[in-house]
Amino acid sequence: MEGTAKKEIIKVLRESILKIEGFKSVTNEMDQPDCMLNDMASAFPYGRFPTGAIHEFISPTAACATSANGFIAGLLSALMANGLPCLWISTKRSLFPAGLKYYGIEPHQVIFIDVKKNKDALWVMEQGLKCNAVAVVVAELNEVSFSESQRLQLAVEQSRVTGFLHRKRPHKENTLACVSRWKIRPKKSYIIDDLPGVGFPMWEVQLEKIRNGKPGKWVFGWRDKQFVSIPLTPLQKIPVLKMEQYG
Amino acid sequence: MAKRILSLWFPYLATDRLSKHYPELKNKPFVLSASEKGRIVIKAANLLAEQEGITAGKVLADARAIFPSIDDFKYDLEVINKLLESLAAWCLRFTPIAAVDPPNGIMLDISGCAHLWGGEPQYLKTIVKRLLDNGYEVRGAIADTIGTAWGTARYGSGFSIVEKGKQIEMLVSLPSDALRLETPVLQRIRKLGFRKIGQFINMPSATLRRRFGETLLERLGQAVGSYPEALHPIKPQQPYQERLSCLEPIRTATGIEIGLQNLLESICNRMGKEGKGFRTGIFRGYRIDGKVEQISIGTSRASNDPLHLFKLFQLKIQHIEPALGIELFELEASLVEDVEEDQEVLWNVGGNPKKIAELLDNIAGKIGMNAIHRYLPTEHHWPERSVKLTSSLDEKPSIAWPADKLRPLHLLAKPEPIDVMVQLPDYPPMLFTHKGKAYKLMKADGPERIEQEWWMATGQPRDYYRVEDENGARYWLFRSGHYEDGEVQWFLHGFFA
Repeated sequence: MEGTAKKEIIKVLRESILKIEGFKSVTNEMDQPDCMLNDMASAFPYGRFPTGAIHEFISPTAACATSANGFIAGLLSALMANGLPCLWISTKRSLFPAGLKYYGIEPHQVIFIDVKKNKDALWVMEQGLKCNAVAVVVAELNEVSFSESQRLQLAVEQSRVTGFLHRKRPHKENTLACVSRWKIRPKKSYIIDDLPGVGFPMWEVQLEKIRNGKPGKWVFGWRDKQFVSIPLTPLQKIPVLKMEQYG
Repeated sequence: MAKRILSLWFPYLATDRLSKHYPELKNKPFVLSASEKGRIVIKAANLLAEQEGITAGKVLADARAIFPSIDDFKYDLEVINKLLESLAAWCLRFTPIAAVDPPNGIMLDISGCAHLWGGEPQYLKTIVKRLLDNGYEVRGAIADTIGTAWGTARYGSGFSIVEKGKQIEMLVSLPSDALRLETPVLQRIRKLGFRKIGQFINMPSATLRRRFGETLLERLGQAVGSYPEALHPIKPQQPYQERLSCLEPIRTATGIEIGLQNLLESICNRMGKEGKGFRTGIFRGYRIDGKVEQISIGTSRASNDPLHLFKLFQLKIQHIEPALGIELFELEASLVEDVEEDQEVLWNVGGNPKKIAELLDNIAGKIGMNAIHRYLPTEHHWPERSVKLTSSLDEKPSIAWPADKLRPLHLLAKPEPIDVMVQLPDYPPMLFTHKGKAYKLMKADGPERIEQEWWMATGQPRDYYRVEDENGARYWLFRSGHYEDGEVQWFLHGFFA
């Protein structure tokens, strides 16, 4: 009995720390979109994907960037379920609007802003994050400095808009004032019953850093407009990890 | 409001212009002449020439007889008219309605303007002083009607102000020439011994009409105010325009911002009542050195929110060069549209189109309108033509986005040629090389044939394959052409997530 009471106290204390740090607790379940990453729940503070914060994605290669955009698109479909539009800012955009339909997004709900310079992209992102009439702001660029990311974080603290900072092939993986850092890599597609052809998209989702959560590695696929989790089997896990550790 | 008209008269307009350009002429008598009916006639003479008895209308040869060494220049009516127009444009800083009054006058409608300068005497003094400083000899008079102001400026004493409703009192003392009459009528009046208007102004109108025709009555009526007369302003008045003149020239950005805020508030207040909003706005600053600085904004939806419009202008205020100072601000809504009531047309549920539009205006103001893209589906299978750009925020797709065919998340703007290894014709590729790098393909889907739309373009059909390499990266490749025709070329067109 005493143990459970202690646990309760610790839980309450933890939540009050989170509140001080700017994470608002979910008072109404309906307010919070369900990001369908239920198998990752243990990694997040409060057990839910943090919205109203900036998430950083790092893609070292073009293939990773495409996968990360796919993963972001999957998250967007949940975040945009409230009917609000999304701002998609890029410096070198190759995203094809019609391709978003597969992820359950109406592509005309996405407003694309194509800019030439990183600086402009960050300015637009900051403006977008300040406006609570948009659901999400996504920015594809390469370099961001720590102080620039701080400005973005300040903007979302007011408006509670979610931001995705997708850094493609950055020169340096410097620390940013973001709530998390993700790396998404493509994985061999998921095929049912060894059918021929390309199956459903699969990604290795690495959560490198998460404030008040537990980082880790998962495998997710996209099927029937939602994320499906595939447990890391030892057979899959060992070769991938070894390659990375020594390579 | 009662109308007040200021008539300005430049007795030596043409010669003043010349002595401004050539200061050495200032202390010399000179004339401007043009040929007329085979003779060279003096069109304008300066003050010194007039003192010698040489006046406009004389033949140049006669003038030479009086003053043999008199300088003579060509008279160009077009130049004079242009000068008059530019002077009228300069006067716009004192009133929004200015008109030229050829050959050498300007008419200003100053209703409701004079109090900004501390009353009519002060107002007239300011304008006249500025013009005199500029080198133009000028006379001016203020009255209720155009006719009286015109006559008083030319035949009254100095700079007179005819009080409200006192036109007749002024007119009786003026000579008959002050009525803007044609020469034959004027000659007939003089012949009958009427030197002053007062001698005939109270005569029965039937008598006057019989003797001098309709024009005299018309002119008399215009001078008294019983007959309507309109000005033809050089700049037609904009319906949505606000002006703010400053006591002291403004030179700081803060000052400009305050001026802009004031103007925006009053114009938006009026627009709000009428249900209108800005689509294009121009903000001008009239500098004391005569230059006009201006910045303009555009909005993607009609807006009459002063805060939002101020933000748009604010991005450009730095482009205003105040130099010595700005004495008048002017805000004009050059394109006005009805403000749409906030309907939830754009975003299915929730959403705030006004806020989004304001955000996009803000972005367009800094980065440019062409940075913002929004796409709608079109009824084409050819990937490059399957989406179209829309500039409107409210346009909804006319057809649903196709969900049956898989399309890549990334599409190359231009398909890039690749080298491919294929087991057998019409089989999916096993390996492709792009930019010197080989990709070994493990899985493939396809082909999906997309034909050229013959009514739009001719060319080879494309057979698309969805392939995955050994690392799990997924691509969209196509083969252009048929094997039986010989030439086939493979391309990389997109990437799947």
